[in-house]
Amino acid sequence: MLTDTVTGRTPAPARLGALWARPGLRLALLAVVALTLVAVYFFTDVPGSLAFAVKIRSLTVLAMLLVATAVGVSTVVFHTITQNRILTPSIMGFDAFYVLVSTVIVFFLGSASFLGADPLTLWLVQVVVMVAFSVFLFTWLFGGKRRSIHLMLLVGIVLGTFFRSFTEWMQRMLDPLDFQVLSDAMFASLTRPDETLLLLTGAVVLLACAAVPPLLRILDVLTLGEPAAVGLGVNHRRTLLMLFTIVSVMIAASTALVGPILFFGLIVANLAYSYAGTFRHVWTLPTAVLIGVICLLGGQIVLEQVFNLGGSLSMVIEFAGGLFFLYLVLRKGAR
Amino acid sequence: MTDLLTRRTPTPVPARPRRTGVGVLIGAILGILAIASLFIGVSDVSPLALLTGGPDSSAAFLLVTSRIPRTVAVLLAGASLGIAGLIMQMLVRNRFVEPGTTGVTEFATLGMLISTVFWPGMAVVGKMAVAAVFGLLGTWVFLRVVRAVPVRQLVLVPLVGIMLGGIVGSVTVFFAYRLDLLQSLGQWSQGSFASVMQGRYEFVWIAGAMVVVAWFAADRFSVIGMGEDFATNLGLDYRRVVAVGMVIVALITASVLVTSGVIPFLGLVVPNVVSLIIGDNARRSIPWIAGLGAVFVIACDIIARLVRFPYEIPLSVIVGIIGAALFLWLLLRRRGRAH
Amino acid sequence: MIVLDGVSKRYNGHTVLDEVSIAFGAEGVTALIGPNGAGKSTLFGVVGRLIRPEAGRVAVDGSDVATARSSDLAKTLAVLRQDNHIAARLTVHDLVEFGRFPHSKGRLTVTDRDHVDRAIEYLALDDFRNRFLDELSGGQRQRAFIAMVLAQDTKYILLDEPLNNLDLRHMTEIMKLLRRMADELGKRVIVVLHDINFAATYSDRIVAMRDGRVVADAGAAEIMRPEVLEAVYDTKVDVRQIDGRPVALYYS
Repeated sequence: MLTDTVTGRTPAPARLGALWARPGLRLALLAVVALTLVAVYFFTDVPGSLAFAVKIRSLTVLAMLLVATAVGVSTVVFHTITQNRILTPSIMGFDAFYVLVSTVIVFFLGSASFLGADPLTLWLVQVVVMVAFSVFLFTWLFGGKRRSIHLMLLVGIVLGTFFRSFTEWMQRMLDPLDFQVLSDAMFASLTRPDETLLLLTGAVVLLACAAVPPLLRILDVLTLGEPAAVGLGVNHRRTLLMLFTIVSVMIAASTALVGPILFFGLIVANLAYSYAGTFRHVWTLPTAVLIGVICLLGGQIVLEQVFNLGGSLSMVIEFAGGLFFLYLVLRKGAR
Repeated sequence: MTDLLTRRTPTPVPARPRRTGVGVLIGAILGILAIASLFIGVSDVSPLALLTGGPDSSAAFLLVTSRIPRTVAVLLAGASLGIAGLIMQMLVRNRFVEPGTTGVTEFATLGMLISTVFWPGMAVVGKMAVAAVFGLLGTWVFLRVVRAVPVRQLVLVPLVGIMLGGIVGSVTVFFAYRLDLLQSLGQWSQGSFASVMQGRYEFVWIAGAMVVVAWFAADRFSVIGMGEDFATNLGLDYRRVVAVGMVIVALITASVLVTSGVIPFLGLVVPNVVSLIIGDNARRSIPWIAGLGAVFVIACDIIARLVRFPYEIPLSVIVGIIGAALFLWLLLRRRGRAH
Repeated sequence: MIVLDGVSKRYNGHTVLDEVSIAFGAEGVTALIGPNGAGKSTLFGVVGRLIRPEAGRVAVDGSDVATARSSDLAKTLAVLRQDNHIAARLTVHDLVEFGRFPHSKGRLTVTDRDHVDRAIEYLALDDFRNRFLDELSGGQRQRAFIAMVLAQDTKYILLDEPLNNLDLRHMTEIMKLLRRMADELGKRVIVVLHDINFAATYSDRIVAMRDGRVVADAGAAEIMRPEVLEAVYDTKVDVRQIDGRPVALYYS
């Protein structure tokens, strides 16, 4: 193979194949596609001033980038920690849990503090509570005995229902005014994102992302499973705690931006695995993020331009994701 | 000869304790809750008001037009949903299924939406029929899909069902969103008996009738629950009993759906708890499931009415919290078992 | 008599039963032996109307299995397939009672209860009568299933590998019991066995299958010969006489 490349005697398709085998190039290709989509999104169908359109739309693109990063990174990391490719944080009910935490905070502190206090502090309080509880939940579910993935899945789905019912109950107990504040704060839309929230989540996601690079090699080792990782000298518990904190922060960020999207992470991560063709997180993580951006942006463009259905992206993702999930589960179950 | 063939010294057989005591207790609780349910509400309907007011008083009027229908609807829905769950569990031979974890409820809801869109003036009975047909379709689809899953994959089966429901649900939400019907959809997807009144709840009697049918056919369902091989060996027409079971499930789901909306987890939790106590012989367990289901729902309904008096919280929220917690317990307590 | 006439069954182009014609039911215990994939279980499935054959017919006491009423057939023929797994939580008593379903449709008469009691006693399950199936050991559960089939009170009893997953003691107990059911109660038992020594010791007739065909059909003395067994199983088998009985050795 090597000599072939040197002498240049291989036929063209094989050389293309060799290039295709390099993850860096694949990633670059993905980046080009993503950038093209951004350009298309910016410059099609501009109603009035171009500058204004670009300003508004860049917010949307930024929101999508943040969501894609948060969901992509958190899902891939979660898959590595839990040693499977079907469970995702959202399927385990963690974003429903985030909504519950926010509701409980509003419930006990009231909307006055929600509005009055420094939004950054409040956000941090939420994230800290969320991380603390999810680490507890996580160790309860995944610490100790190994349980079957399918059981954990079902548990996660039921937990999600539990959290949602509980949230709903809390919300019913709220003042209508408080409730309004809460729902405004929690369910910003992708196409009309709130600027402060965007900056806030942007900062938090960036911070969480910065923590990832030093952990990349350890993540690779973790794919071998706990015994092997411990054998190779990884401080398993501490690493898990750190990774899980990152995951929780990311989920908090994406849920704050778009609300819960059950299957997005699942699609993005699994597409990323087959596209990247490697288990190395240096490649899978950015691939997942870019695929996320492409899905969101491409989906939005197609829905807006072709079907004239601007606001229904998340429903389409749920539908496609559900089918994809069924396919994954049934394929695995058949074995 | 071995000890198997010569009779062993007879040890006293510890019979399973008779549960009549518990049965009486459940009956008593049911009675008390039902009576309490008659007298809980914003307007004053008390035994005293009834006695002093006579048959033409507003209290008596309220009792007949609102409180009695509501209590009856709650009891029938509670009893029948447990039975629907039991029958699904027998048909699929999996204890974690019920209409809500198999996509049947979502199909029935889609049916409601479709009947509302295409025949807006249709009477409730028509809507219910459409919902029942869709529920039947949903059961059929689920049974088809589940054939791809090995029977012993205990939790995979409900998982597939929930996903199926999710897919159908997203289609429903999409159309409701496009057609500005999200509000009606919210009404169906959230179980509550707040709007039950005389003249608007009678369809739930169909669900009640299905409980009786199920009880008459109890042995057949038990045999079906043992699997197709056993059923055929015992001379049972497997397909016909499955078909009858599907119809019962669809009718119960649809009639409860039009009366109150979706009540989650009930069909799952109640039969499982009963199974732990007295096992799965349907002839024995059906009265228990009906009784406990009724107790559970009427208790939740009373909580829903009282917890934020004078406002009401949707029943499905209360059932969702308690039911999900119970279901989690059922799932995780069997941690020792292999999967 | 159970009479099969030219029965064939194919799965995905693979022939599992190849024009099998044979009659069962004259002897008390008939053992069906043969390597994996020989078609034994499919044969049982066809007789028990669980599998529809592509060609040929099966008659039980003169009535065609394909057209006879299933509930009538259930009174003359009971089939217990292998690897029975009942997810429902039923007690031993419940299970045995369901054996009476073909006769009573669930509403048990005094006669039915009598049958249930006798079946339970016959299999020494009195002590476990009220236990749930999932609380029993493998041997006890197998006995419970056989008790159910016995309560069904049929002339013909077909058991597919009833010795699966049982230890030595329980295997012997079950085989003795089948023998007794044939001798004392006049049942016609047809049983799929993997252990040819059990087959030779306890059965009146051995039917050997291979590749969907009956390749040998005779008494133990004639079947238990190296050349016959080697032809059936495609492996080296030695037969010794121990205490006047043929014993196959196939461990070497």
